[in-house]
Amino acid sequence: MSPLLQALLRTLAAVALLLVNGVVLILMLRKVLARLHLRLGPTRVGPWGVLQTVADVFKLLTKEDFRPSGADKWLFRLAPVLVFVPSFMAYLPLALSDTWRFSDLDTGVLFVLAAGSLVPIGILMAGWGSNAKWSLLGGLRAAGQQIAYEIPLMLSVLGPVMFAGSLNVAAIVNAQRGVWLGVIPRWFVLPQLVGFVIFAIAGQAETSQTPFDMSEAESELITGFANEYSGMRFGFMFLAEFSNMFVVSALGVTLFFGGWLVPWADRNPLALALGPAVFMLKTYLGIAVMMWVRGTLPRVRVDQLLAFSWKTLIPVSLAWTVLSALVMRAVNL
Amino acid sequence: MPDHVSIVPFAVLTGAVVLGAVAMMLSRNVVHAAFWLLEVMMAVAGLFMLLSAGFLALVQVMVYAGAVSVLMLFTVMLTLRRREDAERPLDLSAASFGLAFAFGLAAATAIGSLPGARVRMPAHAPGVAEFGALLFSRWALPLEIASVVLLIALVGAVWWTGGEDR
Repeated sequence: MSPLLQALLRTLAAVALLLVNGVVLILMLRKVLARLHLRLGPTRVGPWGVLQTVADVFKLLTKEDFRPSGADKWLFRLAPVLVFVPSFMAYLPLALSDTWRFSDLDTGVLFVLAAGSLVPIGILMAGWGSNAKWSLLGGLRAAGQQIAYEIPLMLSVLGPVMFAGSLNVAAIVNAQRGVWLGVIPRWFVLPQLVGFVIFAIAGQAETSQTPFDMSEAESELITGFANEYSGMRFGFMFLAEFSNMFVVSALGVTLFFGGWLVPWADRNPLALALGPAVFMLKTYLGIAVMMWVRGTLPRVRVDQLLAFSWKTLIPVSLAWTVLSALVMRAVNL
Repeated sequence: MPDHVSIVPFAVLTGAVVLGAVAMMLSRNVVHAAFWLLEVMMAVAGLFMLLSAGFLALVQVMVYAGAVSVLMLFTVMLTLRRREDAERPLDLSAASFGLAFAFGLAAATAIGSLPGARVRMPAHAPGVAEFGALLFSRWALPLEIASVVLLIALVGAVWWTGGEDR
């Protein structure tokens, strides 16, 4: 097969995974939040409401694509693309198993983080392009927040990367084979517990999930930067958010929870063959926890959010990085 | 590593860099100009990628596109008191064109007078691991000096802007 065709097919596979994730995650969010609120969630369309999201997709596709007359025409049109493309780019370095992967990059983890660092640009563009106060406030909040939480996120990733000695996602997963002391799986979450907690907090903030969803804040900013959008342009922004959740959870599973490895059976051929399913299961468990947090905690204020990152999270993650590097050298793990 | 890169992606990327820079200079709206600058930075990252410098390309995206231009946009949007203030005057007089031409001529002469830097391409593109090993062994001291300078600049900026309790 020609390399160009191969690259095209791999990209299409990543798009397919993204779209399926979007449809499944929207239903999952509704059901999980309903459960937490002692409600039922969607029940009418299809058995257990499973077709509700499909109906919603058709609704979004057929809605009028509305543009406010005062909006900045080109920025308003371009913004949903710039929100969506980075969240799609972040899929490309992910590996579902040793053989199921979209690409084999030596800089995989860095690629995911670089793609994530582009997300605020589209949000700022949407906020400015809409020419509305709510949108601009939401855009500025999102940009300030994502810059602040990108730093602890990158520092928390360093621990597993140092342990594995590689930025390649497959190499990081394969470094987590085996057991410690005969029973404990060699997952990096144990020695890197502090790093994982930092990763989880920063990941929740990077995906703008409650308690860090000031950029959307339905009750004060009426969905902020996406306020003026309708139809499928709104759909793309929505989809990007869900796909970012998947990427953060998948990155966490890769770095801290042994990726596609089944504990105590990480050399068993059957367990390895089931790798992609194991990886998806772990990732969806991570997303479920993120939704649980989202449904449980109240929203913090924007100044509290920024102060927490710059004054607490960044110093702690810097100290933790130095400490884990020193311990790693001393113990020679 | 081949001695040449393929012409089509090179033409597309350099075209994007040059046209983006021109558009940045010509756009009257400062927010648009900032977005054009971002486009130029992304295209430069693409050029790095074309030269098999993947790590450099990702750092370019992360630092210049993801942080520097976001901060620039953030500052512009935060400091504009009214939306109309984003429009800047654009001087299209003969004198300004003359000045730009003189600068271009001087830059072209200066670059032309340099000895031809014909670098031989290495046999294979070094990966991120080799790059890291070299950076932290042979170039460790310059790296540390650079990071200390940046740290001092950071602390200095915070001190400079620090409120009443300074």
